[in-house]
Amino acid sequence: MLLRLAHRFGVLVASLVASSLVVFGFMQVLPGNPARVALGVNASEAAVAQMTAEYGLDRPLVVQYLDWVGGMLTLDPGIEYVSKAPIGPQVADRLGVTLWLVVAAMLLAFVVAVPVGVWMAVRHRHADGVVLSGVSQVGVAVPAFLAGILLISVFAVRLGWVPSGGWVPPAQDPVEFLRRLVLPAVSLALVQGSVLARYVRSAVLDVLREDYLRTARAKGLRPMEALWKHGLRNAAVPVVTVLGLQLATLLVGAVVVERVFVIPGLGSLLIDSVAGRELLTVQTVVMVLVVAVLVINFVVDALYLAIDPRLRTAR
Amino acid sequence: MSTAATGAAGAGRRAGDEPVLDVRGLHVRTRHTELLSDVDLTIRRGERVGLIGESGSGKSLTALAVLGLLGEGLTATGGVHLAGHEGNLLERSEGGLARIRGDDMAMVFQEPMTALNPTMRVGAQVAEAMTVHGSASRSQARRRAVDLLDQVGLPDPEHAARAYPHQLSGGQRQRVVAAIALANDPVLLVCDEPTTALDVTVQALVLDLIVTGVQSRDAALLFITHDLAVVATVCERVLVMYGGRIVEAGPVGQVFTDPRHQYTAGLLAASDLTAAGARRERSALPTIPGTVPPAGRFPDGCVFRNRCPAATGQCATRPPWTPRGDHGAGETASGYACFYPAGGELR
Amino acid sequence: MSEAGSPAGMMPSTPVVGTGRRHLNPSLFVGGGLVLLVVAMALVSYVWTPYPPMRVLGTEAYQTPNADFWLGTDRFRRDVLSQILVGARTTLYVGVVAVGVAALVGVPLGILAAMSGGWLGQTVMRANDILLAFPALLLAIMFAALYGGSTQVAMIAIGIATIPSFARITRSGALGVMSTDYVTAARAAGHGPFAIALRHVLPNVAGLVIVQASVAFAIAILAEAALAYLGLGTPTGQASWGRMLYEAQSTLRSAPHLVLVPGAAIALAVLGFNLFGDGLRDYLDPKLERR
Repeated sequence: MLLRLAHRFGVLVASLVASSLVVFGFMQVLPGNPARVALGVNASEAAVAQMTAEYGLDRPLVVQYLDWVGGMLTLDPGIEYVSKAPIGPQVADRLGVTLWLVVAAMLLAFVVAVPVGVWMAVRHRHADGVVLSGVSQVGVAVPAFLAGILLISVFAVRLGWVPSGGWVPPAQDPVEFLRRLVLPAVSLALVQGSVLARYVRSAVLDVLREDYLRTARAKGLRPMEALWKHGLRNAAVPVVTVLGLQLATLLVGAVVVERVFVIPGLGSLLIDSVAGRELLTVQTVVMVLVVAVLVINFVVDALYLAIDPRLRTAR
Repeated sequence: MSTAATGAAGAGRRAGDEPVLDVRGLHVRTRHTELLSDVDLTIRRGERVGLIGESGSGKSLTALAVLGLLGEGLTATGGVHLAGHEGNLLERSEGGLARIRGDDMAMVFQEPMTALNPTMRVGAQVAEAMTVHGSASRSQARRRAVDLLDQVGLPDPEHAARAYPHQLSGGQRQRVVAAIALANDPVLLVCDEPTTALDVTVQALVLDLIVTGVQSRDAALLFITHDLAVVATVCERVLVMYGGRIVEAGPVGQVFTDPRHQYTAGLLAASDLTAAGARRERSALPTIPGTVPPAGRFPDGCVFRNRCPAATGQCATRPPWTPRGDHGAGETASGYACFYPAGGELR
Repeated sequence: MSEAGSPAGMMPSTPVVGTGRRHLNPSLFVGGGLVLLVVAMALVSYVWTPYPPMRVLGTEAYQTPNADFWLGTDRFRRDVLSQILVGARTTLYVGVVAVGVAALVGVPLGILAAMSGGWLGQTVMRANDILLAFPALLLAIMFAALYGGSTQVAMIAIGIATIPSFARITRSGALGVMSTDYVTAARAAGHGPFAIALRHVLPNVAGLVIVQASVAFAIAILAEAALAYLGLGTPTGQASWGRMLYEAQSTLRSAPHLVLVPGAAIALAVLGFNLFGDGLRDYLDPKLERR
């Protein structure tokens, strides 16, 4: 068990190194001279030369790479090319905002989707199960930002219950924070919840066909009792996978909803940096997101081991 | 196999009169087709009854209907009565049935590899059978689970109780399933091909523990199989099923040596027990012509008539049950449903 | 179960009747219908649109649907229906490019990984795992940072991000095929790996790949809409449903139909491809029963 976990951790570290090389190569090596890209085609040779010198872009790539990685590990990846603002605090700030949004959305999605998914599976031959299943299919098909726009039009514009956007840190005003969090969180949760509910449904359907559920009933457990005690843990394996994937996509996918609701999250920083040609910032934000995805994957693997004893001894 | 002698010799000679299980006119159907038709069967205390037939004949459905475990979309009508419980089990609510299941009636399934929850320790799964019926406290149940695992012959039961199913072999898992079924000393044990999925060497051991378990509890046993040799070993009486009906019933010795229904006769000829040594000459073995039709495609009248050598126009009407001898468990316990019985000659 | 080691007295075994006929399920029908509708819209747009889609017309802006403009006009006084029709082309184009890139790279990689095992197969799958750490939208944004925002760039990025899912599904399908007797027989008969891959493996994983393609198509449509909305996808002056949404957002209050129409178009297209994929999976694999 510990050996498996250690192995997984090794994979995590190796993946981190490999993906950082990919990001660095993609953002620094592929474009030729990053200074040229940052300053645009019309920049003078002098300006490019100055920037190259200033940021040490003419040093050997290995040195630059280690410099960048070292900077990230010490939470100080450098300063922006154009605005000269330090990148570290910005990223930390924005990441905090995005995490609030993503975690709230995921919790909301989870709390609704699991019971609904189980219900859809148990009642899959009945009208209510089929109708719910159809609704969830539609939910999957609606882009999150469209849901956001529609939610704004109803709850902010027409009813005026909540503001249509903006961000207030929770420490500053918890109530206002929640008022501004609810619509973006719901619009992300609608889509993710629909996806999750469908996976829960199919995982539970698979479990419902399992012999051990019949054994449990032959023992004297009622059908729902059997599903609860014996089925859910077994259904959890595929659901945990999806949860991990969703959390990872949400970290990036939240960017669109952040745009709709004018929220200063990590994704917005990324898009602004792309528009402003702040390549080092782009590179850093991308790496932060990739690290998050890889760590999530590691946690998912660890959860597998906790859920399914068969995996602990395998291999 | 120590049980072989008791099986054949003690046929039909047991006292103990009140039926433990009494099934009357059981029908099972989907929305469109009838899968079981008018099944009658009675099992007395301590009696071991086999239910045989080819795949698709309705054996497992009978068992599931008795326990109320039919899948969605299947409905059962008729009467199922269990000793000690008022009224028709088929009319009970799911909750009412759940109270009996695993307590007074229990079941052992065919596939030990999938019958246990892979994410739960074996001991806990056995103990749950007791806690769910309140027959033991949590700690008692845990201790009795280890005892039960010992009873069904698992080596090092303490250790086995802490194991997960995937750490046990198929034979060991089936013992665990048997331990679960026997946990609350049921009056009726239903076994659905409990040894089919096991290695031949393990089969005998598992059969032995089932028979011992049933005998020591004086419980009734309904044993489903397609293996005639196993029936001869385990059971005293046998029911032959074809096309969702019971076509012949009687003491094992009588049915196997002197079958009346043409289907039983064909079955025995095809799997000739005495001439088993001649198996290498496969082509020379007799077979029943044709194949079992899919559910709902059986002919009306006698369900076997499209494969029967003796069938005539008369067989288009349903043959009545002809009782045979005077069996203590009533006239459905021994008899046949055939217009042209095989008349006693060995084929 | 009747073969090998059956003791004397076994019943004559009859072949178990194959269950599950292949039946056309409602998902396949509805999904297929919606997909056909999108295709039909794109085809129609080549021969006919009510008005030139991107031309500013001499009429009022923000018209609600009426006899002249069936789906109304936008703030630039352009016909919405015409844009929707032409936008269907973009939607299909996007899906074809993304799924094409993903399948053309992912499927051979998956087959390679399955057939070669050893270090080569391991390396392929490891590289796959690394790529998996880059969500599609992130990769698209990275591409946009270097190469600027355009439909092609965005879709190639989405396609690259989708390679791992194709490679994985192909590999698992191919591994199944490789263990069958007829592949062993083909090997024994001296057929080379390339011939086996073409003749046995590819046809057998085709179903899986088509199902995956349908689902990936839906994801690509969603991604294009998101990118267009972020200003990183389809540029101004080109008809795209995502772009229409972006332009309509500020006028949500006065002209909600400008959001609802392209929004519904996107949702229906995505729904169509998702349902089609689901239905196809059930159709190709009747063992799974109907869900």
